[in-house]
Amino acid sequence: MQIDIDHLAMLSRLALTPEEKVKFSAQLGDIIGYIEKLKEVNVDGVEPTAHATPIFNVLQADDPRPGLSVEDALRNAPVQRDHMVVVPRVVE
Amino acid sequence: MTYEAVIGLEVHVQIKTRSKMFTRVAAGYGQPENTLTDPTVLALPGALPVMNKAAVDAIIKAGLMLGCEIAPVCKWDRKNYFYPDSPKNYQISQYDQPICIGGTVEIELPGPARNIQGEHKGIPLTRIHLEEDVGKLNHGVGGSLIDYNRAGTPLMEIVSDPALRSADEAYAYLQSIRTSIVYAGISDCDMEKGQLRCDANISIRPVGDTKLGTKVELKNLNSIAFVRDGIAHEIARQIAVTKAGGVIVQETRDYDGIAGTSQSLRSKEMAHDYRYFPDPDLMPVKVDADWKARLAAELPERPFDKQRRFMAAEADGGYALPYTLASVLIPDRELSDWFEQAAKLAGAGRAQAVGNWIVNDLLRELAASATVLATAKVTPAALAELVGLVAAGTLLQHSAKEVFADMVATGEAPAAIVARKGLAAAPTDTAELETWCRDSIAANAKAVAEFKAGKESALNAFKGAIMKAAKGKANPKAVDETLRRLLAAL
Repeated sequence: MQIDIDHLAMLSRLALTPEEKVKFSAQLGDIIGYIEKLKEVNVDGVEPTAHATPIFNVLQADDPRPGLSVEDALRNAPVQRDHMVVVPRVVE
Repeated sequence: MTYEAVIGLEVHVQIKTRSKMFTRVAAGYGQPENTLTDPTVLALPGALPVMNKAAVDAIIKAGLMLGCEIAPVCKWDRKNYFYPDSPKNYQISQYDQPICIGGTVEIELPGPARNIQGEHKGIPLTRIHLEEDVGKLNHGVGGSLIDYNRAGTPLMEIVSDPALRSADEAYAYLQSIRTSIVYAGISDCDMEKGQLRCDANISIRPVGDTKLGTKVELKNLNSIAFVRDGIAHEIARQIAVTKAGGVIVQETRDYDGIAGTSQSLRSKEMAHDYRYFPDPDLMPVKVDADWKARLAAELPERPFDKQRRFMAAEADGGYALPYTLASVLIPDRELSDWFEQAAKLAGAGRAQAVGNWIVNDLLRELAASATVLATAKVTPAALAELVGLVAAGTLLQHSAKEVFADMVATGEAPAAIVARKGLAAAPTDTAELETWCRDSIAANAKAVAEFKAGKESALNAFKGAIMKAAKGKANPKAVDETLRRLLAAL
């Protein structure tokens, strides 16, 4: 399977160097190749499922619990202002 | 060439829950920035989502209100994209197995005049799915500031078929959805607070064509009036471009409701590539018949069903309300319930009077005193009593207005106000009334002749003088009866 590394890098908002592109293309190719092996398994008559365990309806009652303080919530943000995370200006 | 528009709406509605969709930190609007977060909202390593049952209940209710099929099994998927409003770099949504499938939204188009009911039609829905809201970006100089309070709020997306044909239909559709959702207590649908948001996909095609034209997505329709104006503007723009020999390009446009203009958002080089896949952290949901039946039992009557019932004849269990009254009462569930309580207490033949008092007087008084119905001092029973006093002729309409004002201000019972202020109409069986009537008849020979000739309205000619003599307190019913009796004897 062909990997479009430029497309993937764009979707992931990653700026890759030419060397990285070669390196990651190969790594991703290996992973995809490994997954491709699954195609060899005969799944005729097997119902598609997203989960292997037959567990349904894992639900919680709507009872609020305390969350993080603003200080904790923003602890990992390199830049912050007015209790908010600051990122480079983005307008879609 | 004549063109027609083809419009599909994507309506996002925040579900009113106490906690978030996939974690139990509180959900809410208007809180200080970033005070409604927890490890799951911020996607900190190791945090796992757990679904909010109330949100699932709410979307099933929405589906039942709008006639959707509730999927026996549905699942959640990750919609992957990098944008700073989403801390996880994906949004949990439903891709190929939404919880609500199909459905129909009944809409009422504007009639030829305000007092004439317009056509009703059903707009088919594609689906409703349950997802989570994202954080709020505040774009400023030198950067964008992010508040994650909104991130993770339960959000349902109601997707219509491309079945709407005009801006008026889109407006009616959105109003109908909003009324149904608010009726069912699922959301307050306050557009100013972002609880209801709408994007429109709009294309045009020559009338008669069945192929869809190139669609333009219109965003930022952040008030219900902007939805109508924005769509009308976009349809006109597409027709103008096409007629001038231009080509409609697939793009997203931003509508500026204040200026009434739209502009292209930087067109994307390629279509969205969200790489959906099932969320391994969330197990599918199975909705069985019992669960559905339990929620169906909690649903209110559908607004347009209620409107039909209110307008139906009393013999058919209705209140024979004219459209002008029904159309004011129905959009507000609380107000229409209040009306129905009062109408029931007032009894047969008096519902329209009750409706008139509510629409013409109660709403004005509430607005003037900035009061909401829930805290109003006047009760349905008191209004029913007032209507009864007027119907029995013991209170004249103009005195009733004065009584009503006091009822609203103090909550005092109408009979007590009438007694305290001496507003009761004059007794009906006095010889005095008969004298006034005789005097008036004697002074109006022309009206006597007209009445005898079959002109019913000639009767009114006698009444002015009688009311004047009675200082406005004569019982109109008694006046009417006495006049007819005396005239018949002539």
